[in-house]
Amino acid sequence: MSETVLELRSVSRTFSLSQGMFRRKATLTAVASVSLKVQRGEVYALVGESGSGKSTLAKMLLGLLPPSSGEILINGTPIAATDRIAVARRIQPIFQDPYSSLNPRKSIAQLIALPLVVHGIGTSAERQKKVAEMLDVVGLPRRLLDASPSQLSGGQRQRVAIARALVMRPEVVICDEPTSALDVSVQAQILNLLLELKREFGLTYFFISHNLAVVEHLADRVAVMYLGRFVEERTRAGLFAGPQHPYTRALLESVLTPDPDLGVPDTHLGAVFPNPLTPVAGCAFHPRCPAATDICRTTAPPLVHLADGWAACHHAPGLAAQSAA
Amino acid sequence: MALLEVRDLVIDIPTEAGVLHAVSGISFAVERGETLAIVGESGSGKSLTSLALMNLLPKRAQRRAARISFDGIDLQTISAGGMRKLRGNRMAMIFQEPMTSLNPAYTIGNQLMEALTCHRKVSQREARDRAVHLLEKVGITAADRRLSQYPHQLSGGLRQRVMIAMALMCGPDLIIADEPTTALDVTIQAQILHLLADLQKEFGMAVILITHDLGVVARVADTVGVMYAGRLVETGAARAVFKHPRHPYTRGLLDCIPVPGRTVPGMPLGAIRGQVPNLIGKLEGCAFRNRCDFAAPECAGAIPLAHPEPGHDVRCVRLPELEASA
Repeated sequence: MSETVLELRSVSRTFSLSQGMFRRKATLTAVASVSLKVQRGEVYALVGESGSGKSTLAKMLLGLLPPSSGEILINGTPIAATDRIAVARRIQPIFQDPYSSLNPRKSIAQLIALPLVVHGIGTSAERQKKVAEMLDVVGLPRRLLDASPSQLSGGQRQRVAIARALVMRPEVVICDEPTSALDVSVQAQILNLLLELKREFGLTYFFISHNLAVVEHLADRVAVMYLGRFVEERTRAGLFAGPQHPYTRALLESVLTPDPDLGVPDTHLGAVFPNPLTPVAGCAFHPRCPAATDICRTTAPPLVHLADGWAACHHAPGLAAQSAA
Repeated sequence: MALLEVRDLVIDIPTEAGVLHAVSGISFAVERGETLAIVGESGSGKSLTSLALMNLLPKRAQRRAARISFDGIDLQTISAGGMRKLRGNRMAMIFQEPMTSLNPAYTIGNQLMEALTCHRKVSQREARDRAVHLLEKVGITAADRRLSQYPHQLSGGLRQRVMIAMALMCGPDLIIADEPTTALDVTIQAQILHLLADLQKEFGMAVILITHDLGVVARVADTVGVMYAGRLVETGAARAVFKHPRHPYTRGLLDCIPVPGRTVPGMPLGAIRGQVPNLIGKLEGCAFRNRCDFAAPECAGAIPLAHPEPGHDVRCVRLPELEASA
């Protein structure tokens, strides 16, 4: 029994960029016609490299940026029709850099209590009690209540950010690269905490990351984004066992596991980077794709439906036959 | 004789609260053609170590060592001018942030050619040819045209390639690469690492790779040094260290990272509890002992080097007990 908590219907976002005083403005399509459904209680991971539009998508989900076209629905209600405060009650973010996402002039207690204050929840004493409880939940000692962020380590700051996101008991948490600014040993602590909290509070995560090993560890569904488009969306097990899109395949090959018997992988990708301002004809990935043929250069790829999702590639079935052989 | 030899390197930084012992007596050597990786988390002293080798430490940092020699040259007594002749010429550095280490006001060509004309008597024509040649080597298409571009006109991956080409301009004997791929996307990281390995083979350079990424280290290093709180806690051949890590910190680090196929999705990862100790003030004993599951009273005393096998050094007094329990 699954229930859609978050849905995107052909969401696009374009930006208009000035090219100079007398030049025509250029249009950059950061997110192009993305549709997805996130089920309650799952971890939906979004993977992509820099410039793929992940963060623009996250901003739209948080209601910080309106989509240029398309609709975002929470529990079936469009975000556009809901007021921002109500959206914020249901969706909360955890950002990448705990050094810039916490106001350095506020105490830890003030930082965590802020969402409660904004939403006018409880009396001052009740809030204090809630904040102290949240510290226990994220594993921070209560003596840090009056500390300022500068006295905390990166891992502790990220715990504060998590406490602040969860104090409103949101349904969905948007995690935008929550561990990539942290050290390896701290990253493990935070990932363990996130998994534990998900079970405890029945949370749904929209998890944005470029680290596929991390995604493999905690995602249920995975979407791969390239230049503003989803190129493949699958279950975790399906995607990691048999990637269908050549870009997904290259991403998986690029994961460097600590195995001294293996060398540096050769992804066979071209080094030509398409300029997002001048969209290429056909498949956006064809300039770098080792398997590109004529049709890829002229025609946009169709959605190829798979047992556990889909891939947008002209050659997806052929590639599947190849990997089976 | 090793190309680079460092013995008992100490870096102290005086602060208002006391002396910060950033690096406390580390020793290592790099042979020609070899890749030494120094792994550690933030604050372990790995980046300061690389700066110390290039005589580029901040002014207030104090460096002491029993020996720092590069191809027989004593880097502790060398004059500033002598060091300038080495730096960028026979010893080159690739920094983590290509955006901040390229000068935004000069073209790529200008900066690349300057690296050569500073050190060699060559014509502009020759310098230009070498720049184009190396840009092509690092996989930049239309290299000729790129020379007149400014850093901001290039993507992050291209800028990092330009940094590598610049480090290679004088054909150095040693390259120190501080997190050369950390700021890059994974597919580009693989391409750049490939490139570095190819170039190293071709030119027989020694490489010191400073990173926190154990995946990168396992794939490219010959020798690995694991740094914790300013000390090298384990050094050895990459194979030996990754197949059979001995120090509890190395073991802990390797257990922390999710590895597709090895870790079970959704299950808790190994974690090292606690935090890195404060490096200000007097430090005695093993710096890892307050986070270590195997700590015993003797860990507070002096920690001599143990040699569990030839070429594998571990700074842990509990090693015999650890090995017996494993």
